[in-house]
Amino acid sequence: MLYDITLRIEYAYDGMAAAGRHLLRLTPATIPGQQRVIAANLDVAPAPFERNFSHDFFGNRCVGVSYDEAVEETAFLMQARVDRAPLDPVFDVSPSLDRLTEELETILSVAADSPQHFRGRSPRIPPSSEVAAWARTQTSASPSALDAVRTICTALHAEMAFDPEATAVDTPLEEAFRARHGVCQDFTHIAICALRSVGVPAGYVSGFLRTIPPKGSARLEGADAMHAWVRAWCGMEIGWVEFDPTNNMMAGEDHVTVAVGRDYFDVAPVKGALRTAGSQETSQSVDMVAVSG
Amino acid sequence: MSEPHQADDRPAWGNLLEAYRRLPGVADELYDSEGRVRPVWQPFLRDLAALDADELDHALARGSQYLRDAGVFFRQYAAGDSTERDWPLSHLPMLIEAGEWQNIATALMQRADVLEAAMADFYGPNQLVADGVLPARLLASNPEWLRPMVGVQPRHGHYLHFLAFDIGRGPDGKWWVLGDRTQAPSGAGFALETRMATSRSFSSMTSNANVMRLAGFFRRFRDTLLSMRDGETSRVAILTPGPLNDTYFEHSYIARYLGLMLVQGADLAVRENRLMVRTVSGLQPVSVVWRRLDAEWTDPLELNEGSQLGTPGMVGALRNGSFTMVNALGSGVLEARALMAFMPRMSEVLMGQPLAMPNIATWWCGGTAERDFVKANLERMTIDNAMSTRLPFDHGPNVVIGGRKLDGSPVDPDWIDRNGPLLAGQEVVSLSTAPALVDGKLEARPMSLRVFVARSGGGWVVMPGGFARIGNSAESADISMQRGGAVSDVWVVSDKTGPVDTLLETGGGSAKRTHDMSLPSTAADNLFWLGRYVERTDFKIRLLRALHARLAETGGGDYPLAVTLSDYLASLGMETDDPIFDGILEDMRCALRSAGQVRDRFSTDAWNALVDLTRTTEMFAERVLPGDDASRAFSVLLRKTSGFAGLVHENMYRSTGWRFLGIGRAVERTWGMMNFLRVFTDVEAPDGSLDLAIEVGDSVMTHRRRYAAGTSRDTAVDLLLLDDMNPRSVLNQLIAIDDHASFLPVSVEEVRMTPFQRRVLEMKTVLAAAAPREITPERLDDLSEDAASLTGLLADTYLQ
Repeated sequence: MLYDITLRIEYAYDGMAAAGRHLLRLTPATIPGQQRVIAANLDVAPAPFERNFSHDFFGNRCVGVSYDEAVEETAFLMQARVDRAPLDPVFDVSPSLDRLTEELETILSVAADSPQHFRGRSPRIPPSSEVAAWARTQTSASPSALDAVRTICTALHAEMAFDPEATAVDTPLEEAFRARHGVCQDFTHIAICALRSVGVPAGYVSGFLRTIPPKGSARLEGADAMHAWVRAWCGMEIGWVEFDPTNNMMAGEDHVTVAVGRDYFDVAPVKGALRTAGSQETSQSVDMVAVSG
Repeated sequence: MSEPHQADDRPAWGNLLEAYRRLPGVADELYDSEGRVRPVWQPFLRDLAALDADELDHALARGSQYLRDAGVFFRQYAAGDSTERDWPLSHLPMLIEAGEWQNIATALMQRADVLEAAMADFYGPNQLVADGVLPARLLASNPEWLRPMVGVQPRHGHYLHFLAFDIGRGPDGKWWVLGDRTQAPSGAGFALETRMATSRSFSSMTSNANVMRLAGFFRRFRDTLLSMRDGETSRVAILTPGPLNDTYFEHSYIARYLGLMLVQGADLAVRENRLMVRTVSGLQPVSVVWRRLDAEWTDPLELNEGSQLGTPGMVGALRNGSFTMVNALGSGVLEARALMAFMPRMSEVLMGQPLAMPNIATWWCGGTAERDFVKANLERMTIDNAMSTRLPFDHGPNVVIGGRKLDGSPVDPDWIDRNGPLLAGQEVVSLSTAPALVDGKLEARPMSLRVFVARSGGGWVVMPGGFARIGNSAESADISMQRGGAVSDVWVVSDKTGPVDTLLETGGGSAKRTHDMSLPSTAADNLFWLGRYVERTDFKIRLLRALHARLAETGGGDYPLAVTLSDYLASLGMETDDPIFDGILEDMRCALRSAGQVRDRFSTDAWNALVDLTRTTEMFAERVLPGDDASRAFSVLLRKTSGFAGLVHENMYRSTGWRFLGIGRAVERTWGMMNFLRVFTDVEAPDGSLDLAIEVGDSVMTHRRRYAAGTSRDTAVDLLLLDDMNPRSVLNQLIAIDDHASFLPVSVEEVRMTPFQRRVLEMKTVLAAAAPREITPERLDDLSEDAASLTGLLADTYLQ
């Protein structure tokens, strides 16, 4: 499926914000066999004093911008055309959770794609005994790693309410879990925490979700802003699978990836808020429209 | 070699050792395994025993006095509160024979090489993981393995430049490594101060003659830092988290000792991927940073986003190879306790040789076999956080010692299984004991050493000394400084006399002076405000003294002049009902805070004078009564503020920083005097106002000599505003500011004069040309406004 994606993020500061620097992860990735970026463009206003491009540890594309003078507002406009392949059917040949742990011991790598990065604590996902106890109960009968991923994501979707007003970008995951509400970021962090606690390496994917569903399908939650979902490592045979706990589905033709990491810390779309004495306001809008023809 | 025996039979050290009890199964520093006093201690003990009780008291007092005079302290944290505490000196040095020291040094240099090679692998090819030497999970879960630094090569080829090791002597008499300090090791400056203090105590002793000196170590490391610059004009900076850090004193001390620039994160900026420092002459390049800040705080953009101590873009500048970080960001990865389990094997693989000094036996509980071993040997294990960077005897909240948790309950083996990768077991250590001086007698206390290793052109150099941590009771192995342990100097004693060595004799160093135009803007700002606050305090004290002297004379405050004066004080924030010292104490604390930020830039004596001023005022605040008593107290305080001013004026080098301090003082005096004159020379002012003005202006004698007639508005204005020979007149302040400003850097666009200088010159010209009667109240208002604008103009010009 071919999509045109538009992302707008604006910051308005109450008063001038001192010279600052941002690290942006906003542009979709080309991932062989999954998605291909045909064209992409990122506008930054006002025009930055410096701008550079780099890849981070996990291979995500980063744009660095900096200002040498104070600004009142900043705006980022990302436009891209992306070709997203449909999801190949996944056959569950994943090992049991015990066997998965044994397989992991044979992976002698800390390269970016190694599941070893995704097993323990990460900046935004501390271990939680509450989530771990819940996850153990959910997966006690899981015959395989893939089943554990589905079970946890499905159970979360059933128990948690999607509520954009309930949490903020820095709400601790245990708090959101206790209240059983939140947005895609909370769903994703809790699912990752639960999966790691039962031994499944799990990470965070940021990206976009198709705004207007195909005829006959329901509108998906989280399409108005940048979206987040889970990637989990289910053994040597099938490797990484992506699951969207907010919408209780495998991430597929409706999902376009921007960045991957251990949690939100690794993929935050805009890092480095400007220094300002006053408050700031943020707005974000996303459009991901299927291009016919 | 029968001398030791003879010595024990008829000890030359009297009864010094009669209370010295060695512990069974524990090695001792004073006695060897045969129970003889080690030869290295014998001359020292003889010298010590030769001191009578008074002489010993004096010797110890000299050491303590030195630390107080030098202002050595460290910050201690307890229950969310932080206090400054005296450096806990254990006066007795710890003596080690030079041959034994050489073995320690050789072993630690080898360990430094292993760590360097490990670092290069962790941030490079990761061969240790690929070959199964190091578990992938252990590295991946180490919070100090900084992914943004993976693949970033250090500019000069090395990741590590300055390390510290904590070592202890085991029951078998061999030395063991207890901890590797690779992130930003502290203590080298304290070691130096501890040496100075201990030398003061025992300077007269002959046994002191063959102690190896420390200065050469620092000189060589400074040379290393300087050699990594981009050129003669680029800078080396020491990056500190700031005055609230527990070892800030040391940062400012080292900066002063080595003559390097001390900066905080906000002083630095990244432009076009290059690291710059904000100075009074604009952005200047920095090519070497010795950080005293843990890596995660250095860059809020790519590391800890909550950090307010760092510099956004610093990681990018490193990736770009534009400066050298000492040590490389990410070096904290080597401090994790669990890594010690793999050090012996890493040494074999990386260096092809076994570790010359073993580290304390460690098992990472992420491996099944290791976990089972730990569970089977609980009684001789300490189990704690695998990623802990604390010393083995410094426990976390979940520690398990000998199979028991802190609350005394036995540990559940399932808990170890469930949390395996998060845990490491270490064999319980019993450290050797060393002598501490308690009530004139020596007692045995557990001891560990901190040894410093630095890179120099020819390889590693080891500081011949360092410091020893001494426990505060014989039984407890807890020798952490934060919990009441003490610190003693380490004397490496050779059998030949070493040359006296100080940092000053750098041999062949050029006497070329460099222009001091790289004063960081925040340092300039702090010096400026320090000058202002001290002067403000001084002026307020004069006003208060005048008030209380009058209260004492009249016995009450209801006559007009006292009312005017009280109102004036209220306009400065000092209400009549407030305790009389509150207003000045607030300013003194502001002065101390500013001074605390720039301790590397002015003398210890001046700092002590400020501390003394504040302490005395605090003491007065508790007991001084209004009226005559207060008036005399204020006279005492005025002598102390003059003392500070004198130290600054007589002893401080005429650096750019000194000029900012001077400008601050003169600006405050201009502003204060101008406002004061507006009220007290007003036609409506009550009787006695002009005399009071002359008194507050410290010009009573001069006035009497210069003007035969009594005080008039003209004579007061003339003397306090226009007379360039009166050091307290406003014109004199403007002349001083103008003079200081002429030494400050000027940017290209403002070749002739900065806006600040222009305003000063305008004011100066007006006052120089005016006759007293031309200074109308309106004119005073205008001048007062001009005076108030000076701070903003200065900041716009130099402090951006």
